[in-house]
Amino acid sequence: MNVDLASRLAPATTVAASAPLLAVEDLAIRYVSGGTARRVVDGVSFSVAPGEVLALLGESGSGKTTTAQAVLGLLPPNGAIERGAIRLDGTDIAGWPERKLAALRGARISLIPQDPTTSLNPVRTIGAQIAEILEIHGERDRTRIRARVLELLTRVGLEPAEMRARQYPHQLSGGMRQRVLIAIAVALRPGLIVADEPTSALDVTVQRRILDLLDELRREDGTAVLLVTHDLGVAADRADRVVVLRQGQVQEAGPVRQVLAAPRSEYARQLLADAPSLATPRARPPVPATAGIMLKVDGLLQAYPVAGERGRMFHAADDVSFEVRAGTTHALVGESGSGKTTTARCIAGFLRPTAGRVEVGGTDVAQLSGEALRQFRRKVQLVFQNPFASLDPRQTVGAIVEEPLWNFAPVAKAERERLVRGMIERVGLPDAVLTRPPAALSGGQRQRVAIARALVLRPRVVVLDEAVSALDVTVQARILELLAELQRELGLTYVFVSHDLAVVRLIADTVSVMRSGRVVESGPVEQVFHSPADEYTRDLIAAIPGGAGETRKTAQ
Amino acid sequence: MSRHLAQRLGQALLVLLAAFTVAFVLLQALPGDAVLIKFLGSEMGLTAEQIAELRIAYGADAPVWQQYLHTLGNFLSGDFGTSIRAGVPVASLLAENLPATLLLAALAFGTASLLAVALAVLSQLGFAWARAFARSMPSFFVAVPVFWLGIMLIQVFSFQLGLVSVIAPEPWEELILPVLTLAVPISAPLAQVLIRNMDQVFGEPFVAVARAKGATHAWVLWRHVARNALPPTLTMAGVLFGELLGGAVVTETVFGLAGLGGMTQQAVANQDVAVLQAIVVLSAAAFVTISLAVDLLLPLFDPRLANRPAGAA
Amino acid sequence: MSGATLGLAPLRALRLPPLGLMLAWAVVAVLLAWAFVPGFFAWQDPLAGIAGRQLEPPSFEHPLGTDGLGRDMLARVIHGARESLLGAFLAVSVGLVFGTALGLLAGARGGVTDAAVMRLVDTLLAIPSLLLSLSVIILLGFGSINAAIAVGFVSVAHFARLSRTEVLRVRRAEYVEAAFGSGGRFLAVLWRHVLPNAMTSVLALAALQFGSAILALATLGFLGYGAPPPTPEWGLLIAEGRDFLATAWWLTAAPGLVVVLAVLSTERISRSLGARRT
Repeated sequence: MNVDLASRLAPATTVAASAPLLAVEDLAIRYVSGGTARRVVDGVSFSVAPGEVLALLGESGSGKTTTAQAVLGLLPPNGAIERGAIRLDGTDIAGWPERKLAALRGARISLIPQDPTTSLNPVRTIGAQIAEILEIHGERDRTRIRARVLELLTRVGLEPAEMRARQYPHQLSGGMRQRVLIAIAVALRPGLIVADEPTSALDVTVQRRILDLLDELRREDGTAVLLVTHDLGVAADRADRVVVLRQGQVQEAGPVRQVLAAPRSEYARQLLADAPSLATPRARPPVPATAGIMLKVDGLLQAYPVAGERGRMFHAADDVSFEVRAGTTHALVGESGSGKTTTARCIAGFLRPTAGRVEVGGTDVAQLSGEALRQFRRKVQLVFQNPFASLDPRQTVGAIVEEPLWNFAPVAKAERERLVRGMIERVGLPDAVLTRPPAALSGGQRQRVAIARALVLRPRVVVLDEAVSALDVTVQARILELLAELQRELGLTYVFVSHDLAVVRLIADTVSVMRSGRVVESGPVEQVFHSPADEYTRDLIAAIPGGAGETRKTAQ
Repeated sequence: MSRHLAQRLGQALLVLLAAFTVAFVLLQALPGDAVLIKFLGSEMGLTAEQIAELRIAYGADAPVWQQYLHTLGNFLSGDFGTSIRAGVPVASLLAENLPATLLLAALAFGTASLLAVALAVLSQLGFAWARAFARSMPSFFVAVPVFWLGIMLIQVFSFQLGLVSVIAPEPWEELILPVLTLAVPISAPLAQVLIRNMDQVFGEPFVAVARAKGATHAWVLWRHVARNALPPTLTMAGVLFGELLGGAVVTETVFGLAGLGGMTQQAVANQDVAVLQAIVVLSAAAFVTISLAVDLLLPLFDPRLANRPAGAA
Repeated sequence: MSGATLGLAPLRALRLPPLGLMLAWAVVAVLLAWAFVPGFFAWQDPLAGIAGRQLEPPSFEHPLGTDGLGRDMLARVIHGARESLLGAFLAVSVGLVFGTALGLLAGARGGVTDAAVMRLVDTLLAIPSLLLSLSVIILLGFGSINAAIAVGFVSVAHFARLSRTEVLRVRRAEYVEAAFGSGGRFLAVLWRHVLPNAMTSVLALAALQFGSAILALATLGFLGYGAPPPTPEWGLLIAEGRDFLATAWWLTAAPGLVVVLAVLSTERISRSLGARRT
């Protein structure tokens, strides 16, 4: 991430050297499971000044969430603080009993959780759940509670407040639920809010609005925020200072701008290099105009009847059309519910479209069934998003990669084995994994296995459905490199489905931006990103985290 | 909602008809003619003609499908047939025996619920050893044979301790041990479901949010966990009705109480199929009604279910 | 996946299964040994009583005393294992084979087949299991094999429902979709992916049902519908001992305790099988 942050408007620069609100000193935390102890946080120190935003940045397994849980005194039962201090206003609360901590939580420190869909009690109203924090901390007066709840709902932009208070969580969207959780977190004007990946589960445009709201509220109240995130862009946009964690240890700490502009640690440099952003230069060769059309989607329509409403149809994909030249990558990009996955599944032959044509190398996939469809699968392969779910837990890696060959016999056993070995080597895995079950592999390794399985049949087209979205950035970067290499070597055509515009910009040649089942804009990547014609596309691009510096740079 | 109700009602009636059919096929459609069994016994000295007449009188000579329709028609009009052994209508036998069994079952179910809730609360709030105890009790309760438990309770409380009189007991006294006997195995699955669901709800992110609000463990248990753990337990309670009735039959046998238990025993011993058919169909009807009621009650506890079928219609 | 194994310090070098589970397997092993070679454990004749030695209290010669006909109680309990375990095995086999077949059919075919099978399952579950097995016994007649079939018949519905749910769960799994995507044929995918992944929890249910079957068979035996006397069957032993409850309570207590231990053990084992699923 080479964002030029020199010109960035630094938020809350006034918080210079006042006494820290929170000081974590040499914290070490251990988990015990199945008779083994693992130290997941090892000697972490940092401090948060009043009104400051500190980002804890790290990939999975970095210990960032565990650290945040320890600050709240909410470690899981098998976790324990081994050593170190957690000072709140100078008092070490690390060893405090539960009862004293409970009085602190909500009042002095509060939490904004990761996943708004599961973080509200499904059987109680929104109003009751906001009122609860007031009741816990001693408010008894019904009318005062009610007035405060309505005020809070209004403050986080949930109106009409009276109606929202009576609703249940399932009646609200993800973004609205996160607003409710923010209302709860700011209810008692705490000194510190721990925001644990507060927007990771949300669409990018919603994410921006939620983070803006949080920014606004904390400025008004002068609240400090401990922002736990895996997203470099979010940290860059929203934090004053950043602490980079890896495997439970602090790699680097300092003001955001300084860390981003001149990282001193090896890991922070790697992280910056791997995180895709709008500023990263694209290294894609121009598409040869001579390449033939490999995939042609024309007027694709996928309709489902709406439950409970006779005769009404929901269009998951509506008049989707685009063409992809052989050996190039076409990206389908959009937020949840945009129809990008539906389109991808139609192309891969997993869904039969209601109407329209999907031509791969001249055959219309939409008309295939039975044995013809099975034979078609040699040409088009799908790589799923979640490598934990798409590999049979009972098979060995070798069997997984061999299976497609077995389905399309006749290949001799020795030949099959040679092909599998070659493929495993090609996706950068050691021979030794062949006999292992997927459970013994990391997420990135599993996705390599899934890619090997897709490629072993030498398909012409590979549909990648959010294939790198579940991976850490450093792992994601390696997989993207692998995909690019394989494309060059094997002349593959990719359909790359993603919600992440920064990644799309790096890997794709052409792109279709989708919204509510329709393509709102389509064209070469450079054109769509530099001069977006559609307002929604502009919105999407502006919402990419880490864009704060970029847009301001171009504005100058 | 009304469309959903109609749908569920239709389904319930279908299951009931199927239960009637299964019982009929098992009990009446196959050979092993009850009339023959009863009257072919030599002691009555009936002639072949007399038996044939009796078979006509009982409708046993008609083709099976006619018998089926005939019996079904009778059931629908409230005529459950005649007990071959006792020579009285099954309906009057039921009227005589059902209330006692219902009382026993209801008392046992109430006790079982209390026991289950007590174990579940102990499993979440007690000291470490109490929690472990509360968690291991249900598997133990499930493993105990009802009839054996009854006998052991008599041995301990009546013979050894002399606390409950078995000779000429008061009406309420007579029920203490049977209720306890029946409640123990019923409480086990209830407690298991309750504990499992509580554990699961305690792991939900919204509990972490409640804790972050400053709620104590007990507050979370009462305000959040209990209500979320209730619906699956309610469903389980409905499913347990069959166990409850079966258990009541055995318990009555052990304690020598009058009720459905003795009636069932007699019916099986004498191949009195009309009686058994009526009991089977009646208990299936009760089961279906209970699960229907549970289904309709659930939306009161879980608002997500409330507008499920209505949609925007 | 949160892979930071820093300061990796195994607390226990050797990881043993939990004590309860080991005990459960031990109980099952002992019961199996009783069933296969009862003579090795019980020297006395379980069927022939010794005149004049009725209702003796536990002694060195008769560790559990003698029953009303002067037969050694320990020998009867040990020989009873064969009756109970064989019966439970038969019952579970009936339920497993027919139930799983129905469930697979319903889950794999879907549509009308599924609806029909599931309504049948609903019906069987609507009838209290004791009444259902009594109905089957009326049809087949009394006796240990018939009692086992009756108990198995009742469990068909449970096996059918679980295996259907499992098949549906696995069928929706991405790896099954991926297998079709790799060009797998329907039956091949069913055989290679759906069946193995769906069977784990069905087997856990089988273990659980084994315990339930022991319990149900003992109940039928107690009520007098199972094995006829003088067969040593645990339920029957309890029924016989009951007449002497006031003077010789151990005659009732001993076989009951054995049933409790047997059912507890199978339940514990089933739980360990189910837990391994995740």
